[in-house]
Amino acid sequence: MLAFTIRRTFQSVVVLLVVGLVAFSMFRFVGDPVDNMLGQERTGADIERLRTQLGLDQPFPVQYFKFLRGAVQGNFGVSYRQGRAVSGIIAERLPATLELAAVSAILAVVFGFGLGVFTAIRRDGWAANTIMTLSLVGVSLPTFLIGILLIYLFSVELNWLPSFGRGDVVDLGWWRTGLLTESGLKALILPAITLGLYQMTLIMRLVRSEMLEVLRQDYIRFARARGLKERVVHFRHALKNTLIPVITVTGLQLGSIIAFAIITETVFQWPGVGLLFINSIQFVDIPIMAAYLMLISVMFVGINLVVDLLYFAIDPRLHVGSSGVKG
Amino acid sequence: MAADVLSVRNLRVEIPLRNEVLCPVDGVSFNIPAGEILGVVGESGAGKSMTGNAVIGLLDRPAHIAGGEIWLNGQRIDNLPKEAMRRLRGKQIGMVFQDPLTSLNPLLPIGEQLRETILEHLPVTKPQAAARAIAALEEVGIPAAARRIDSYPHEFSGGMRQRVVIALALCAEPSLVIADEPTTALDVSVQAQIIALLKRLCRERGTAVMLVTHDMGVIAETSDSVAVMYAGRLCELGPVREVMTHPAHPYTIGLMASTPLAAKGQKRLNQIPGAMPRLDNLPTACAFHPRCPQVQDRCSVEPGPDLEACGGRAACWFANGAGS
Ligand SMILES: Nc1ncnc2c1ncn2[C@@H]1O[C@H](COP(=O)(O)OP(=O)(O)O)[C@@H](O)[C@H]1O
Ligand SMILES: [Mg+2]
Repeated sequence: MLAFTIRRTFQSVVVLLVVGLVAFSMFRFVGDPVDNMLGQERTGADIERLRTQLGLDQPFPVQYFKFLRGAVQGNFGVSYRQGRAVSGIIAERLPATLELAAVSAILAVVFGFGLGVFTAIRRDGWAANTIMTLSLVGVSLPTFLIGILLIYLFSVELNWLPSFGRGDVVDLGWWRTGLLTESGLKALILPAITLGLYQMTLIMRLVRSEMLEVLRQDYIRFARARGLKERVVHFRHALKNTLIPVITVTGLQLGSIIAFAIITETVFQWPGVGLLFINSIQFVDIPIMAAYLMLISVMFVGINLVVDLLYFAIDPRLHVGSSGVKG
Repeated sequence: MAADVLSVRNLRVEIPLRNEVLCPVDGVSFNIPAGEILGVVGESGAGKSMTGNAVIGLLDRPAHIAGGEIWLNGQRIDNLPKEAMRRLRGKQIGMVFQDPLTSLNPLLPIGEQLRETILEHLPVTKPQAAARAIAALEEVGIPAAARRIDSYPHEFSGGMRQRVVIALALCAEPSLVIADEPTTALDVSVQAQIIALLKRLCRERGTAVMLVTHDMGVIAETSDSVAVMYAGRLCELGPVREVMTHPAHPYTIGLMASTPLAAKGQKRLNQIPGAMPRLDNLPTACAFHPRCPQVQDRCSVEPGPDLEACGGRAACWFANGAGS
């Protein structure tokens, strides 16, 4: 277990280094921040001074190394546009994104699993068929369209929920939460549904098909032949076997929720890191873009690591050497 | 008949498809008295598993029992409500499947699977169930049972796993065990051990066994009587010794001649020409007549005699000893 964890962690670090390099070098060659930062009236000397100030005159490896050294300490430099530390700006924006992503993920997992199991067990019922048909809408409509439709229906037509922003927030000192005020919660509903819907339908369809596959297995037949109750067969024998293949994909999906948040945050003008990223692209704000990419990949890699370990905890067949006795 | 644990009368299983109804089991009747083993043989697709599944109430939709009766210890069970049938499974009818590698839930320790079965069917406390689980493993010959009770299925070899499966099938002490090709998936070297184990346990407890197999040799060694199936019908039924030495139905004769054990005297094994017909394309009258070496005009017009009604052994107008 320890060796497994160490190996996985090591692999994760390598992945992060590569992502860091790709992100950094990609932005290094996309657009020129100096153009944006200085207005129309600039001189060659101005440009040179700014380049030196930003460290852009140094060789590429040196820049990359500085970037990494800073990144490890949570220091991503100073935003070209706002002139403030990137870490501070991100820390301000991160709670909004994490709250949105967490609520979406919980919705996606709870309803995805619940409906997946339901539609697998009641495979020929009208309710299951209706849910399956509706879920096609969930996977085929693009996120931004779902968001716009929801806004149209619940904000414009019914006027029940706000169409943009995060509502009132409560400052806890290190975290500004929208979960403690009524307007914050109301503002969260539509974006969370928009962001979570796709993942939910995906998880649901996956759980359903895996569960149907498991229900065809011999050990399920045998469990029935032993006279176990259907409830036990479904939830004790089938569900656990369904979880193993589903966990990986679900983990990846949760990672992509944070990435997909860019679109949802744009549609709902949700003041999170996704919106921050979109705004910095327009300004070629390299430090912010690089920091954002690193943040996303750390989350992806972290989630993957947790998924692998979970997998390991659930499936006894992976416990190599835990019991060497052979019959 | 009072002593019969299982009595199947004129069983018919149907599979309704879009534009036709298949009939994988048709007019099958047999009895198994307590403590006896009935061997069921026949080519793959003959309906052996369907018959077993019908008895234990585990036919996969759309297959269903469309006629006949099944009696277990004097109780009619083919028309029981779902829940009553579930209580009966495991408690009164145990089942052993073909592949021990896939019969056990890979994520639950075997002790867990034993305990849940025992607790479901017997009025015992948890500690008692745990003790019984260990005893059940000991009985099927798992060494160091107390220590291995919390092992997972993948920690056992194929043969050992089939022992665990047998322990699971027998742990609530059913009066009937259906073993559907219990050794087909195993190494030749352990096949005999498993069959011997099954035979010993059932003899000790007076359990009736329906043993489905391809292997005439296994039947010769273990069974008291044998049922030969062809295309969903029973073509011969009788005591093992008689059927083996004097097969009556032309199909059984062919089958014996193609079995190494029974065909000892011959230079080479016989083969029955042709293949068993598909269910959606059954020949009229006697399903075997296109392949039958003794075929006569009557065979393509009139189905073979009913085994039950004529009180005979073979469903053939011209069976050996039927005196046509
Ligand atoms: N769902 C199904 N649809 C059509 N035919 C089926 C279905 N299930 C089984 N059968 C047919 O039923 C027949 C009996 O199968 P089975 O009892 O498994 O044979 P075996 O004697 O080899 O155990 C076979 O011919 C098989 O093709
Ligand atoms: Mg079979």
